Amino acid sequence: MMQNERRTISVLVDNEPGVLSRVTGLFSGRGFNIESLSVGETLDPTISRITLVTTGSPPIIEQIIKQLRKLINVIKVVDLTETEFVEREMLLIKVRAEAASRAEVLRIVDIFRCKVVDASPHFYTVEVTGSESKIQAVLDLFTPLGIEEIVKTGKIAIARSKK
Amino acid sequence: MESSGAEILLESLMREGVEVIFGYPGGVITDIYDKLPSTKIRHVLVRHEQAAVHAADSYARASGKVGVVLVTSGPGATNTVTGIASAYMDSVPLVVLTGQVPTGVIGNDAFQEVDIVGITRSCTKHNYLVKETEKLAAIIKEAFHLASFGRPGPILVDLPKDVIARKAEFRYPRKVKMRSYKPTYEAHPKQIRKAFELMLQAKKPVILAGGGVISSGAHRELKTLAEKMRFPVTTTLMGLGGFPGTHELWLGMLGMHGTYQANMAVAACDLLIAIGARFDDRVTGKLDEFCPDAKLIHIDIDPTSIKKNVDIHVPIVGDCRNALVKLLNLTAKEFKDRVRGGASDHRAWLRQIKAWRETYSLKYDQAKDGPIKPQYVVEEIYRLTKGNAIITTEVGQNQMWAAQYYHFTKPRTFITSGGLGCMGFGLPAALGAQIAHPKKLVIDIAGDGSIQMNIQELATAVENKLPVKVAILNNQYLGMVRQFQEIFYNKRYFATSLTGAPDFVKLSEAYGAVGLRAEKPSEVTPVLEEALRIKRPVLIDFRVEQEECVYPMVPAGAPITNMLLA
Ligand SMILES: Cc1ncc(C[n+]2csc(CCOP(=O)(O)OP(=O)(O)O)c2C)c(N)n1
Repeated sequence: MMQNERRTISVLVDNEPGVLSRVTGLFSGRGFNIESLSVGETLDPTISRITLVTTGSPPIIEQIIKQLRKLINVIKVVDLTETEFVEREMLLIKVRAEAASRAEVLRIVDIFRCKVVDASPHFYTVEVTGSESKIQAVLDLFTPLGIEEIVKTGKIAIARSKK
Repeated sequence: MESSGAEILLESLMREGVEVIFGYPGGVITDIYDKLPSTKIRHVLVRHEQAAVHAADSYARASGKVGVVLVTSGPGATNTVTGIASAYMDSVPLVVLTGQVPTGVIGNDAFQEVDIVGITRSCTKHNYLVKETEKLAAIIKEAFHLASFGRPGPILVDLPKDVIARKAEFRYPRKVKMRSYKPTYEAHPKQIRKAFELMLQAKKPVILAGGGVISSGAHRELKTLAEKMRFPVTTTLMGLGGFPGTHELWLGMLGMHGTYQANMAVAACDLLIAIGARFDDRVTGKLDEFCPDAKLIHIDIDPTSIKKNVDIHVPIVGDCRNALVKLLNLTAKEFKDRVRGGASDHRAWLRQIKAWRETYSLKYDQAKDGPIKPQYVVEEIYRLTKGNAIITTEVGQNQMWAAQYYHFTKPRTFITSGGLGCMGFGLPAALGAQIAHPKKLVIDIAGDGSIQMNIQELATAVENKLPVKVAILNNQYLGMVRQFQEIFYNKRYFATSLTGAPDFVKLSEAYGAVGLRAEKPSEVTPVLEEALRIKRPVLIDFRVEQEECVYPMVPAGAPITNMLLA
């Protein structure tokens, strides 16, 4: 068995209805896995960028990339994993913040440069952006305090500018 | 001056050179049907939308043009799905036009609404929902371009009723502007060079040709290359006719029902040159044991076909014909000193193949007064037509016997549902081929099961005066499945017996066609001769040996050298 690899792939597509389902349908129809997906318009409003994270053996990844290129609405596919790139995702986390734990929540917020975006008598809602590992670290620290609810974006990624 | 969407559509089709539409009307497309008679386009009214797609598919394969289908929304559209999937699997260029409910009610479960664009997303090369009449002409232009450019395939265009009714300025674009989709036609010279070097070193070479050789028109180049290099050639089911089936270098078909010499040669070769073939599991058998000692060269216009199932040493992305022309240029330049200089001596290999050939794997005994052997019927069809007919098939044993015992010498003369293997294909396909080639003899080699899936198209044949011949190899079973039950399930036959079939002769007559029957071997030839004399649709009920099996046979999932020979 070949080792599975995790890849971050950036796909430029026509900004049209149905295009996202063509892309995701390609994955589901072939039994490929999408771990994370995020979509947004680019500078050119007729083009959207899809950033997706997927895992598979090298031949599977090669098929995924070729199949994506074959879709008529796909303009460009870049496997970011083959270059240097910067990645971010965002987490909103509603954490229990009673009198006893408030200070602790704020300390963590401070250390990880997060932001409190909403507060109520029992909860703080905290915004965290960063790499996957940072987000995981914040989650780990908040867990013992009592997490009420979280919501996460997919990953977005961009290639590093050339020196 | 402004035109209605319907007029724009029809004008666009004429600009694309469309001569015939296979269709079936319905409420939301009556505007189009209203205008159709005032165009030069011929409309063929089928009796079931699935048949419209198979007919258009076969028209496209027989003629090399794009096939066109027009059907209504809802049930009309869903009835096309099997046909579309079949054309998609076999890379056939089609434009399927479906009616749709008005844009204002799309998504509201309107009467006869289905999301056909969603349904066919995974079995079309691309599809469109047209939302504005202004964009219709450009979309039609693009649809025809996409259907045939690169790897061909079906394109669906969904046409809401109001888009067809509204008026807009007609402007037909001269060129297609697309910022994506740029297939590679030119094979890379470096890869061609690498392939050529491997070809010179090979001691045990085999060429495997697929449907891509036919759709790219590369059959002449293939023959020249094989003859120059003296490489033996096998094909997939879809590749039959891409290389002359009477040639001394011809190995026969490869795969589950391939010949002994083809399967042995591929398993033992040291170089396999696959051209426009996609390594279907019916061809490779057990993958780990598929030519384990060979270097593989793979030429295909679709990069996703390359390295999908098997590892390739020299991938060549490009048009098959383009790649073969480039290979031939190298052979021409370096022929004397290298090819003839003994660099590619594989005489021992050709001797080995000759020895394999002596295991006649395609054989049967036709007893004088025993039941009719289906293979005999196919051989007689071949003999009497001198190999000049266009053969379509249904699916099952009939399809395999047609592939094995009719020797195809020209491309576009064998039309079958290869990738999807869909029963009910053959009769509508015969109609499509006959319309593409009115003067040629078109014969559907059928099974008694499959023919009942679209037999209503006899009416279309009669009405349109299409003198197709249907040869039913009537074994009163779903033969191919019965064969599985015989070999792998200890003869526990269940749900494969087809008693209760109609009297095909009477049925044919009821449609206004001619019905004939042969029950004894001595009747086969006279009945066929009579059918060929009659210039009308003829259906022949050949009562064949009920429990005949297709051999050779490789059990599914076994290596292709594991052939049951009889
Ligand atoms: C639409 C469809 N349904 C089911 C099958 C599965 N199938 C493959 S071959 C076969 C038997 C075909 O029987 P018949 O047409 O009588 O041909 P024979 O094998 O007897 O020549 C069946 C049921 C299929 N290929 N297509």
